[in-house]
Amino acid sequence: MSSPAPIDDIDRAIIRATQDGLPLVRAPYAAVGEVVGISADEVVTRMTRMLESGVIRRIGAVPNHYALGFRGNGMTVWDVDDAHALDLGRLVGELDFVSHAYLRPRHLPGWPYNLFAMAHGRDRAEVEAKADTIRTLLGPHCRGGEILFSTRILKKTGLRLVA
Amino acid sequence: MTNPARSIDLDATDRQIINALQGGLPICEHPYAVAATELGLQEDELIERLQALLESGALSRFGPMYHAERLGGGLTLAAMQLPDDDFERVNAIVNSFPEVAHNYARDHDFNMWFVLATETPERIGETLAEIEAATGHKVYDMPKSQEFYIGLRLEL
Repeated sequence: MSSPAPIDDIDRAIIRATQDGLPLVRAPYAAVGEVVGISADEVVTRMTRMLESGVIRRIGAVPNHYALGFRGNGMTVWDVDDAHALDLGRLVGELDFVSHAYLRPRHLPGWPYNLFAMAHGRDRAEVEAKADTIRTLLGPHCRGGEILFSTRILKKTGLRLVA
Repeated sequence: MTNPARSIDLDATDRQIINALQGGLPICEHPYAVAATELGLQEDELIERLQALLESGALSRFGPMYHAERLGGGLTLAAMQLPDDDFERVNAIVNSFPEVAHNYARDHDFNMWFVLATETPERIGETLAEIEAATGHKVYDMPKSQEFYIGLRLEL
């Protein structure tokens, strides 16, 4: 778990003003400043600080994979030896087609998988080929795996501050 | 969120914009002008195209991506095993929680997977319990114990 970076009420107001997106105007940070009641310079200073501290992961375009033809959104899940899980996770995370890789708890008996790696492709066959590559990489320390294909995006809004 | 039956067609400029701007827009007075120069476009054309990409649904959003845990909040992945005939009812309940940031139907016994992003770590457990109470189904909490890589980039 990452340690929290302190943010204050003005930072929170900036987050609320931008969580639906950055204004599509020539001076977007000035527009955010008008909403929050601070100068464009202060918005720039504060957002730069949040980017450096990791509060903001990045600023940019979030493609809707599904709408863009990436229909083979597969969550590959693997049951790997706990003793090797960290090393194997690192290896899988280095694959260029893996967008996220995580270790997560098992829920036995129904859910034996502890390593998750997201793979995207234009169709299921492309994702299945990528999963085969992962399976080969995991080798003898992997007891099994599955691909959970997404069939529908039910919600995709990102982080929301409620307060 | 609706899923279009067909893919959205993008022209070469749109693809170039999406490929380039998944990474990072600068934080400065005129960020679109800076990005447009790198793309060989006019500032207004870039802004208009981003607007159109959002309106068509090619982009889910454009802007800062916040990291819930660095904000001092909570983040987890949760899964449910739902009977088909109860799926839509549960879907409506789950999505009504503002803490649910993403939700996907998946082709598996564990057929609903959603991400919770909350303002406090404690709120994760409360929200999971509230979803169980409201839906009558067990929620499997699968928080990450280790993260290896986050680099979502589609080459279009």
